[in-house]
Amino acid sequence: MNSRMRNTKVSNAILGLTGILLFLLAWEIAPRLGIVRERFLPPASEVLVTLFEYFGEGAFWKDVGETMLAWAIGLTLSVVAAVVLGLIIGSSSFLSKSTYTTIEFLRPIPSVALIPLAVLLFGVTIESSLLLVIYASFWQVLLQVLYGVADVDPVAENTAKSYGLGPFARARYVVWPTVLPYLMTGIRLASAVALILAITAELIIGSPGLGYQIALTRSGGAVPEMYALIVATGIIGIIINFGMRFIEKRVLAWHSSVRSEVGA
Amino acid sequence: MSILKRIAYFVGLPLLLIIMWWALTLGEPNFYVPTPAQLITTFWEVWAGERFATDFLPSIIRLFIGLIATITLGIVLGILIGSFRWLRSLTEPLLEFFRAIPPPVLVPLFILLIGINDQMMIFVIISGSIWPVLLNTVEGVRAVDEVLSDTSRTYGIHGFSRVRHLVLPAASPQIMTGVRQSLSIGLILMVISEMFGASSGIGYTIVLFQRGFAIPEMWSGIAVLGLIGIALSLISKAIEARVLRWYHGVKEVQRDS
Amino acid sequence: MSTPMLSIKNLKKTYQVGDGEIEAVHNITLDIAEGELICIVGPSGAGKTTLLKCIAGLLAPTAGSIELAGAPVTGPPKAMAVVFQEYSRSLFPWMTVRANVELPLKNAGVSKAERDTLVDDALEAVELEHMPQSYPWQLSGGMQQRVAIARAVAYRPKVLLMDEPFAAVDAQTRADLEDLVRDIWHKLGVTILFITHDIDESVYLAQRVIMLSNSPTVVQDDLTIDLPDQRDQLTTRSSKRFVELRTHVYEQIQIAKASKPTGVTAIQKTSKR
Repeated sequence: MNSRMRNTKVSNAILGLTGILLFLLAWEIAPRLGIVRERFLPPASEVLVTLFEYFGEGAFWKDVGETMLAWAIGLTLSVVAAVVLGLIIGSSSFLSKSTYTTIEFLRPIPSVALIPLAVLLFGVTIESSLLLVIYASFWQVLLQVLYGVADVDPVAENTAKSYGLGPFARARYVVWPTVLPYLMTGIRLASAVALILAITAELIIGSPGLGYQIALTRSGGAVPEMYALIVATGIIGIIINFGMRFIEKRVLAWHSSVRSEVGA
Repeated sequence: MSILKRIAYFVGLPLLLIIMWWALTLGEPNFYVPTPAQLITTFWEVWAGERFATDFLPSIIRLFIGLIATITLGIVLGILIGSFRWLRSLTEPLLEFFRAIPPPVLVPLFILLIGINDQMMIFVIISGSIWPVLLNTVEGVRAVDEVLSDTSRTYGIHGFSRVRHLVLPAASPQIMTGVRQSLSIGLILMVISEMFGASSGIGYTIVLFQRGFAIPEMWSGIAVLGLIGIALSLISKAIEARVLRWYHGVKEVQRDS
Repeated sequence: MSTPMLSIKNLKKTYQVGDGEIEAVHNITLDIAEGELICIVGPSGAGKTTLLKCIAGLLAPTAGSIELAGAPVTGPPKAMAVVFQEYSRSLFPWMTVRANVELPLKNAGVSKAERDTLVDDALEAVELEHMPQSYPWQLSGGMQQRVAIARAVAYRPKVLLMDEPFAAVDAQTRADLEDLVRDIWHKLGVTILFITHDIDESVYLAQRVIMLSNSPTVVQDDLTIDLPDQRDQLTTRSSKRFVELRTHVYEQIQIAKASKPTGVTAIQKTSKR
């Protein structure tokens, strides 16, 4: 990185930091000056202190754990299901064509519509959260896998066939490398969606987790606590976001060195 | 492919699933799942009746207002932020943080700030679904082709004219991607805000049915939401086909070359 | 002598790169009279595009000045139009051919009646009058460049800058477009500054050929082309005088490519062999 680029990166970082500081300043001053009622919007310092206090409490981490558990299990199950179904559907022209309308019909249905069903079936448990998380994440990944399979180079596939490679070998050497980048995109999108649905389920249904705590703090009038938890969810969201992007880069870096062999 | 074959692929699987559904619910009445006939009659009774005005329309109107405000605000702010590098750097980390907050948690927040009313629900919709539009617009504005930009400058196309003839069309593919995402988020937030705290609306009605164990009615509510979701998807596809006709043309030419 | 249309004095442009600087243009001094058609040639990397962008007001020079009809150039001047090399990226893909050609005029507030006349004439001049409703991406490369030229022509600029406009176009189309440029120049009397790396093209088109040196870039030579005013691809290019002139330019370019320049900053002399 030459010094001109370095200078730009530094100045960008400084500007970004300035933006955050300005925002925090505004958040601190507005309630104190009475522009916003302190009861409804506590100053930034108060919220951040509350947040740090939470970091020291076991109950807080238990809630985080519950949310992340629903997120992780739901994400994993939906990814596995979407990959399997996606590969099967994608590699058969008949299946692709016959499932098209059903997929296009089911996909836009908002997962929140299933909330009452989840409550009926599972009540206030983690299974309710899982129902919502899996339903929403599944479509994200499935769609990407289908795009990926559609992108497979037919020349490469035919070449493999002519060399006598069976369906499993072809899947491994031809289909998989093409699908992988799409899959990574799908997982990244699904991981954000999964968090949203996990928190939604907790918020509305009351299954254990951060979302439920937020609902509690609001109805209990514990306002700084509510804001602190909201900030916490934002932080979790950012960590997941960056984590997924990092993983995606890593996997695809390794992948591009493998990918060059597909065409060969 | 012949017309007949195409129709078969189109309705084949859905029809099969519906038949299976009908067959499975033939025997004794199932608590959890109504028969297809039941669902259709219940659907008609519930949503074509009084509830159309008291619950369906209010929801749709809130959604509509929320989405229009979201798209307008998102595009305007996006163009502003995307056009000035310093502004982008200043706001980027902040926007990334706000975007990462799962939108549903904003419901209790806004209930606290505004109370339980229509404005709250509209604010929730805007604050959750603006991010894809905003961030995609910023990206689209940033990525305007340099040669096209130079051309505009040499011909003296500045300011508002530049936005109208260069920036907006050039960013429109990216903007449409953001709009598409915001439509589904908006719908989800409308439902959540109604389920959490409201006294009218589709979300509120569904929860009401579920708590009263009025199961077929509950399913009819789910079906309504599904239909709205599908309608939004079709509308956005139609808009995209119109607005991005030139873009699809360019892509096709690129693909063939 | 009356004020030159374009007056470039001691133009210098450096870029900050890494821990140092790159000097794209060292010292260019050049005068172009009204209605002249001049070509600028130079080895690759001689900063031709940078020079053009400075003249067009798209880049601010590090030192020196540029004047258009006596007025200093601080930003893209109104009386100037540019035709870029990347034609597909310089046309608006969401507008039809006609809309593309019309846009600068619309933006300048020209009345509809006058606009229509200018656009019709321009499209006719480039022989695209039968496809106004097509989109740029539906056209071939040569046709797209014609649209860009039509747009510049309709604008009725005083100065037309062309940055290697035919480099990305096939040889046959290039020949047609070269003749088109001379046609337009004759009809409109516009001052043209044409940048190219094609030596034959520069001699075929120009009244004067300016040869640039290698970095640090200065004007290395300035050659008056005394070919007849009516030129055509076949006879002109095979004429004895053409061969002499192109040989001169070729040799100058070879010198430029091989070594550092002689240190003379601006050469206004004309060479005859």
